[in-house]
Amino acid sequence: MMYDWLYQFTGSSILAMFIVSLLPLFVFILPFALFAVLMERKVSAHMQDRLGPMRVGYHGILQTVADIIKLLQKEDIVAAATDKNLFNLAPVLVFIGSYAAFAAIPFSGVFIGSQIELGLIYIVAVTGLVVAGILMAGWASNNKYSLLGAMRAAAQIISYEIPTLLIILTIIMITGTVSLYTLSEMQTAYFWNWLILGGPETGIQKILFIPLMMAGFLIIYISTLAEVNRTPFDIPEAESELVSGYHTEYSGMKFAMFFLAEYANMFAVSAIVSAIFFGGYQSPFGYLGSALNLPWLIPIEQFSWFTAKGLFFIFVQMWLRWTLPRFRVDQLMEFCWKYLIPMAFVILLLVGLITVL
Amino acid sequence: MKDYFLKLWIGLTTILIGMKVTFRHLFVPAVTIQYPSVKPELPERERNRLYVNMDDCIGCDQCARACPVNCIEIETVKSLPTEDLGKTTNGKKKVLWVTTFNIDFAKCCYCELCVFPCPTECIYMTDVYEFSEFERESLVLDFATLTHPERLEKKKNFEVLQTQKEKEKAAVAKKAAEEKTAAQVKPVEPKQDSKEENKQ
Repeated sequence: MMYDWLYQFTGSSILAMFIVSLLPLFVFILPFALFAVLMERKVSAHMQDRLGPMRVGYHGILQTVADIIKLLQKEDIVAAATDKNLFNLAPVLVFIGSYAAFAAIPFSGVFIGSQIELGLIYIVAVTGLVVAGILMAGWASNNKYSLLGAMRAAAQIISYEIPTLLIILTIIMITGTVSLYTLSEMQTAYFWNWLILGGPETGIQKILFIPLMMAGFLIIYISTLAEVNRTPFDIPEAESELVSGYHTEYSGMKFAMFFLAEYANMFAVSAIVSAIFFGGYQSPFGYLGSALNLPWLIPIEQFSWFTAKGLFFIFVQMWLRWTLPRFRVDQLMEFCWKYLIPMAFVILLLVGLITVL
Repeated sequence: MKDYFLKLWIGLTTILIGMKVTFRHLFVPAVTIQYPSVKPELPERERNRLYVNMDDCIGCDQCARACPVNCIEIETVKSLPTEDLGKTTNGKKKVLWVTTFNIDFAKCCYCELCVFPCPTECIYMTDVYEFSEFERESLVLDFATLTHPERLEKKKNFEVLQTQKEKEKAAVAKKAAEEKTAAQVKPVEPKQDSKEENKQ
């Protein structure tokens, strides 16, 4: 593990912990957010037969860097009627909420921020902080659009946490673990060991699990999509109705923090989905490192598989964004309570029956 | 119950159809033109900024008269008889110095009506359409090729010539008048008679 290695290397547990906790931020989230923003713009542009940013660097690859520089230079506007303390605290809280989720995400076999046994539940719990931050932002802005957006976000995130948790519960019933590291390790070797294809066990159980796991994957993917407020579920931001929802009043770096949190959240959610159903950092067909007898290559391969899977699910999120129009609030609630939650319950029940038998 | 599952099925399949459409569009070549570096091809008879080829302009003022918005301002000065201004490409002799040929593109409506009357085809539409300016005054383009001192000189030349001519004329007129008066000394009375007759 990274921590043990760093502990031996530096001889100080505090320093090792510090490096391990900051590593995902500087090595992963910041470059990832830069890349994801560009990817979002490019994907959306090409889906609409446009080109997207083309001026900054080759095909606009430095566009987000330029945007960040612009945001850094911008004036930090705090409107007179805002609740200053809450207003300043909210973006930090939102970012903490989405960053804390990365602690339990296994990036590869040797790097996981913290080996919490309750990994999945911890992630679901800690991303609940985001709701508090969003509500805080909407309330403190003292702006009707911000408040409406925040209320919608709170209602939406809380409703959609139910199907997510129900599916996580079915996973617990199958695997008997909530640690994402153990989950990923279980789905090792080849892609037919992934939970989407029934998990590592063999026999009739595996075949019975396949359709249930597919449906479960769809439900958790949709509900996590709603939790990160992405397009078919972007009613908290709904730019055609609410200006830009809870971050209407924010500018400069605070706005950038909301933005960063959104993209970090997108990746966290994709990572969870891929860790649960698609083997996490495991390669679908063995490792080059073990074939060539180069053990140091395996973690690098695992990391790239993990990033690739995460990026694929993010691409699907973007793809859905440019395919589907936005839900109405009542449709959103109907979809969750009348379709997702009953379906998730049925899956929970069936999986329970199958595991008992 | 049947309706419920039908709704679910329709929802799922239509999402997949929509995703198929957007995925196909991901690989459709973009219709964007990288504008300042790549320019769109304009139609053959596009009407953009006017250009005046002053080598051919004879200063006939027909374009200015054809203009519906009066955006063309032409001033001409006659040349001295000693000066040779050359000929236009279609063989017309130039006799006027064009001292001002201003076209105000803030006024111009790009109707092309000035182009047709031109006897030497020296005013025409070009394919230049990027000429935005920060001040309205800079949209008034001066096409006259003479430099400012030259223009003043030409005007002065003409005035000098004019005054000279007037002097000559005056002299001639005076002479003629004197001769006339000398010749008409005698028949003064009949003339008065005729006037009186007319009055009557």
